[in-house]
Amino acid sequence: MEAQPRIGVYICHCGVNIAATVDVEQVAEFAAALPGVVVARNYLYMCSDPGQGLIQQDIEEHGLNRVVVASCSPRMHEPTFRGAAQQVGLNPYLVEMANIREQCSWVHGDRAQATEKAKALVASTVAKAFRLEPLEEREVGVVPGAVVVGGGVAGMVAALDVADTGFPVYLVEQSDHLGGRVAELNRTFPTLEPVVELLKPLVERVQNHPNITVLLNAQLTGVEGYVGNFKVEVSSPSSSTPSSSTFDVGSIIVATGYDVFDARRKPELGYGQYPNVITSLELERRLLERSLAVDGHTPKSVAFIQCVGSRDVQVGNPYCSRVCCMYTAKQSRLVRELLPEAHVTVFFMDVRTFGKGAEEFYDEAREKGVLYRRGNISEIYRRGERVVLVGEDTLQGRPIELEADLVVLAVGMEARSDVADLSTLLKLPRSSDGFFLELHPKLRPVDTAVSGVFLAGCCQGPKDITDTVAQAKAAASSALIPLIRGTVPAESATAVVEPELCAGCGMCVEVCPFGAPALDPLWGVSRINYVLCKGCGTCAVTCPSKAIRLQHFTASQILAQIDALAV
Amino acid sequence: MALKTEPMVEQLELMGCIQCGKCTGGCPVARKTTLNIRSLIYNMLVEPELDVNAHPELWDCTCCFTCVERCPKDVRPAELVIGLRGQLVESGHIPDTIGAALTGIFRQGNPTGIAREDRMGWANGTQIKAAQEGCEVLLHVCCTPAYDPRVQVVPRALVKAFTAAGLDFGTLGTDESCCGNEVRRMGESGLFEMLVEENGELIRSVGAGRLVTVSPHCFNTFKNEYSLSGGAGEQGSGRAGEQGGRGAMEVLHYTQLMAELVEQGRLKFSNEVKKTVTYHDPCFLGKQNHIFDEPRAVLKAIPGLKLVEMDRNRERSLCCEGGGGRMWAEGTNLQERLAFQRVREAAETGAEVLAVACPFCLLTLEDAVKVQGLDEKLRVMDIMELVDLAL
Repeated sequence: MEAQPRIGVYICHCGVNIAATVDVEQVAEFAAALPGVVVARNYLYMCSDPGQGLIQQDIEEHGLNRVVVASCSPRMHEPTFRGAAQQVGLNPYLVEMANIREQCSWVHGDRAQATEKAKALVASTVAKAFRLEPLEEREVGVVPGAVVVGGGVAGMVAALDVADTGFPVYLVEQSDHLGGRVAELNRTFPTLEPVVELLKPLVERVQNHPNITVLLNAQLTGVEGYVGNFKVEVSSPSSSTPSSSTFDVGSIIVATGYDVFDARRKPELGYGQYPNVITSLELERRLLERSLAVDGHTPKSVAFIQCVGSRDVQVGNPYCSRVCCMYTAKQSRLVRELLPEAHVTVFFMDVRTFGKGAEEFYDEAREKGVLYRRGNISEIYRRGERVVLVGEDTLQGRPIELEADLVVLAVGMEARSDVADLSTLLKLPRSSDGFFLELHPKLRPVDTAVSGVFLAGCCQGPKDITDTVAQAKAAASSALIPLIRGTVPAESATAVVEPELCAGCGMCVEVCPFGAPALDPLWGVSRINYVLCKGCGTCAVTCPSKAIRLQHFTASQILAQIDALAV
Repeated sequence: MALKTEPMVEQLELMGCIQCGKCTGGCPVARKTTLNIRSLIYNMLVEPELDVNAHPELWDCTCCFTCVERCPKDVRPAELVIGLRGQLVESGHIPDTIGAALTGIFRQGNPTGIAREDRMGWANGTQIKAAQEGCEVLLHVCCTPAYDPRVQVVPRALVKAFTAAGLDFGTLGTDESCCGNEVRRMGESGLFEMLVEENGELIRSVGAGRLVTVSPHCFNTFKNEYSLSGGAGEQGSGRAGEQGGRGAMEVLHYTQLMAELVEQGRLKFSNEVKKTVTYHDPCFLGKQNHIFDEPRAVLKAIPGLKLVEMDRNRERSLCCEGGGGRMWAEGTNLQERLAFQRVREAAETGAEVLAVACPFCLLTLEDAVKVQGLDEKLRVMDIMELVDLAL
């Protein structure tokens, strides 16, 4: 082992967040007397530049070789303090943090007790710091290339950005054509351009791009590996000769889209029972064909019902599907243009037209004669060849009935029914609404819990084409980072096997959730892939020979922490 | 009487309401009375006080629970009506007829107020096993089938069918009391809690594996508000009930048991019943508990019977206006009765028989047929009356 530990301890005030409850000076005094501690200070904001400067100065002047910062959660500033140490040549894994904010000052009220607890936490962390070892920082090479799952707008836009940068892209599409759901539409808001004008150039660019390989009628059937080094198996089960290929890529972008809510789940609205009741998607088809007749008759009264299958706990979809207010404004307006004599009514609960040009678009729909009535329709039944919508006009405060020839249900979006399979394949968690879960709702909208796998479009949550394209470009950008850098950092606090102690029993291989350990075929002992290893420690506690050490969380370190607390 | 709105808003969690209007929109009586449940909720939210006495239309609600079924935010609007009725009950401001029904239930265990000793009159002398001696199936007769001469044929037909199928069944005899479903909905929560406790204890002591009811109302409360099925009652009466010590009972409506017996071949229909029949889904069986198929399965199993559907069937069945205490309260609009519209809809299908599975539907729809002079065209019959013809 190297020279004696020379530990610097820094107690942060965090303004008043810690100092108001914990006597930070007392804790610093206490820390100064702990074994191995050479310097103990307290400061207002350790994470600030001067705060970090204190640490760096002490490392240089006092020859510190271990640092303990007692402040907030490591999830806040561990990288900050590790970075500060690294800048002056100290291995970042020789820095440890004691959480005396989230785990002390923020949850206790009694100053005396909180101070005693802070002291105990510091003592424990110093005991660990005493036994810390420097760890190697490693990098892994990245395979230049990406797989994009899904050939709709999101998938195509993402694929183009990655391909334009110069990397090969494999675009995997389940159906026999590109374009996804947008291809089923007639015109899009707010420009009202026909979708074919929107899609055609996109599809052509994708098909003609030298760097993009389009795989139609294909599905993801296997994913192995880790960020920078994925092995993706793609199969074509439906073709006459089933085939599968494997691609080595560095990043994966998931752009699998959504399913449309099945309106039969709202039986009170008569969908599936009356030919007069159709969904918005079916209306798109009819608008494209310019045929709105019901049973050969031109409709005199057309009604739209918003929020069908959205904002509704009865069907398990409490969320808003975001696009329906705009597409209903679009459809109702187009219906008015096609049927200038018809009464067109939209029954709504709220109108959410939030995008650029959207409010103006909604204004125009009403100016063109679409009547908006507030009140969600409760049920629909038949009257002769027409149907009757039964509800309440909540602004008038009275129950109403409206006879209509054509009723359009503004059905919402749902996570795809096969999302569970993809979730299992890629180990992607989902949010409570069923869509794939982003890493952080505000700051990491395209990242997932799996490094190297990114989300684009409606598979992450309902959104319109504008936001889909923006997110697809964001996903491409994030996916390109490892590809352009050529390497990704590998976590250093991983598990390591001592081969002389290993009996080759294979239990670590069985218990690891990430597939990191493997028995060496020649030597019969276990070796752990440090890139796959997440440092969870399951193998270390399982090993009957105690042959596995989890670096940065070794047995001697943890036991020393416990002993220090017991005093 | 000015009620401070805040406590009830909090207790019933009315803040979830987004005023979408599906409740009032689907309310069957909203069209013919001033009852506007959405507006009531809104006033509870924005006003510090509500004058409960200024709303006689509160007694129009049939507790069909369409509003509860439709509400996208799970606010359960009908519980506000029940809560406000509770305030009226406490202050004594209730229609006399409702008061009489509640008194009858309290004193004689049934809303007619007729003596408890006469509760087994419907059996016409037939010896029926006392469930207290132990049985597999406990048949809960219900007050209206027990005392009302028109409805008494239903439990008699059930006894005949159960006997034919070889079931080990019994009733609580004169110990049977009102289940309390309507009591809670009329706002008398104190009496309801008492009934849940006493009835619950009595029923559990029998140790039967299954509880079968004649009325969907009894079925609804035993299944969802008592804790006979092993779990705590779902709909808040405030009571979790006793922890079922003897193990869970299966609570069924008679149509479910009949459908099972037919499917298992334990009940054979030897006679043809050549009639065109349309079935009216009772609110407490269909809308609230989603039992639509079993009654139809029983009807379809009857030889010669042709089943036709009304347009407003299943989830959209039109309430007969018998629930929520309406059997004992006329309501504010006597001219238009929903039952009139319903029997017209039934007649329009061309059916000769309007089949029902609820004693309240039987009485209200039959009255409507007579008042509108449709008795030559349409006959209202309980499913068991048809089964009786087929057995």
